[in-house]
Amino acid sequence: MGRFLARRALFGLLVLWIVSGAVFLLFFVAPHDPARLIAGRLATPQTVALVNHRLGLDRPLPDQYASFVWRLLHGDFGYSYYSSAPVGQLLASRLPVTASLALGGAVLWLVVGIGVGVAAARRPRSLVDRGGAVLMLAGLSMPTFLVGLLLIYFLFFRMHLAGITVFPPGGYVPLTQDPVGWAQHLVLPWVTLAAVTAATYSRLTRSSMLEVLGEDYIRTARSKGLSEDRVVYRHGLRSALTPVVTLLGIDVGTLLGGVIVTEQVFGLPGLGQLAWQSVTTQDLPVIIGTVLVASAFIVVANLLVDLGYALLDPRVRPS
Amino acid sequence: MTITAPGQAAADAAAAPVGVQGRGPWQLAWERLRRDPVAVVSAATLVLITVAAVAAPLVAHAVGHGPDDQYHDIGVTTAGLPVGPSRTFLLGTDNLGRDLLVRILYGARISLLVGVVATVAATVAGVVVGLAAGYLGGAVDVVLARFMDMVLSFPYLLLAIALVSVFGSSLTISMLVIAFFSWAAIGRVVRGQALSIREKEYVEASWSIGSGPLRVMFVDILPNLLAPVLVLATLLVPAAIVFEATLSFLGLGVPPPTPTWGGMLSDSLGFYQVAWWFPLFPGLALLATTLAFNLLGDSVRDALDPAARRAGGGDR
Repeated sequence: MGRFLARRALFGLLVLWIVSGAVFLLFFVAPHDPARLIAGRLATPQTVALVNHRLGLDRPLPDQYASFVWRLLHGDFGYSYYSSAPVGQLLASRLPVTASLALGGAVLWLVVGIGVGVAAARRPRSLVDRGGAVLMLAGLSMPTFLVGLLLIYFLFFRMHLAGITVFPPGGYVPLTQDPVGWAQHLVLPWVTLAAVTAATYSRLTRSSMLEVLGEDYIRTARSKGLSEDRVVYRHGLRSALTPVVTLLGIDVGTLLGGVIVTEQVFGLPGLGQLAWQSVTTQDLPVIIGTVLVASAFIVVANLLVDLGYALLDPRVRPS
Repeated sequence: MTITAPGQAAADAAAAPVGVQGRGPWQLAWERLRRDPVAVVSAATLVLITVAAVAAPLVAHAVGHGPDDQYHDIGVTTAGLPVGPSRTFLLGTDNLGRDLLVRILYGARISLLVGVVATVAATVAGVVVGLAAGYLGGAVDVVLARFMDMVLSFPYLLLAIALVSVFGSSLTISMLVIAFFSWAAIGRVVRGQALSIREKEYVEASWSIGSGPLRVMFVDILPNLLAPVLVLATLLVPAAIVFEATLSFLGLGVPPPTPTWGGMLSDSLGFYQVAWWFPLFPGLALLATTLAFNLLGDSVRDALDPAARRAGGGDR
């Protein structure tokens, strides 16, 4: 088991290295000029050259890459081209926001998705099942930002007009400062994030559950006289969750991409917003920082998925 | 899922006794699709949207407002706010006093164009790479399969934004970026199918009469994959449209003043409190289109694989 995980972790580091290199290259191959952007439109060539020199952009490419990797290995992400703030500090200040958003959203979509999926599988063609199918279609057809806009319109604006102010339209309050305000500010973003995703989980749980409930060992469990709940949850759900865990690994990994829109709609100062800002201003050190954090998310998520398999299904447990 | 090749069906039909009309699986699927009310309604909706998109200049001419014409006198209130639906502006105006109806119709052109072109490109790439990986196997398969896994497990929106910001936003870049992050889904399915079909006797038979790898891949294996590829492609179109709308919403899609649904929704962010029509109509147009494509895709899958529907599984 230990060796298996070590191999996966090594592969993850390889992925991180490739990704950081690719992003680094992308911004040098591409036709762009950060020095000119920073110096401004009216800057003289001398000023641009000076900025270029200050950022180290006048050195040869392999040289720049070498010092980039060297600093990275020492935990130094460099400094933002724009605010000159240390990238590590920027990332650290944004992480709690995105973590709050992502964790709450994931819990919500897992509970709703798996719950609806199991209920639908226990009674195919029932009201819950058909409702789940409709939800699935809506989830696939609706862009995240449209869900967010709808929530803001009805749960903030209409309620606000009616004199009820439960949900603010956006912004963020740290958990340590005001737990109630924290939750109030995050409920709508959580629902937005979960609404689009929960549908996929309910359908996946449903089809996986239907398959498992037809297995011989489920019949055996029933014939032993176990209660239906015990059969469904202890024997059925456990193995039906394997594909759900796979999907969760992929989704948690790509979540940083997914939160960009949600953070944008609700004005949450998280990593997604930082990524969006840095990319639109071509702030290379910050871009590389966020992409590395995103890739680290993916690597860790994949490791957790491998662990999850081993916990759920004894057949995958490597000896 | 295995589906008999259309050629095979024709042979069956020829061998059928006189008086009994043989029908191939594609014909049967078509019949099922035609009798499915959901499929008919969603197909009709899509035809309507397509016609509207094509006829956008005609409508613009009829109402007398171009898509980028700003009516500072009659298109905005004295406070500079959008004007609601009226006889002059059937669906109201936006914050710059432009006719929403005309802009929504022109926006349909972008959505449909990006959706269809990106899907076709992604499908072709996915089929070619998937076939090569599944049929050739060995080192080629390892490299291609790993690459597909990597593309699939990426925070694609983040990379899409990075690509767009580096190369500048344009229609072509939008389509390329969307296609790049979509082909791997098809490639993976095609690869899996090709892996199993490769071992079939008729592939061996084709080999034995001297067919080269290209012929085996595209003449013997590909026709058996058309059904799942068709279903996936139909479902890719709405995903691509949602993707384009998201890029436009973030200001990274087709640059203004070209009307796009995502861009219009983004513009409406500051005005939804005073002008309900501004976000509502572009939102409805977007939703109707993606919903119709998704419903049609589901129906196509059910028509091609009725067994999955009867068993109650196959969703996902």
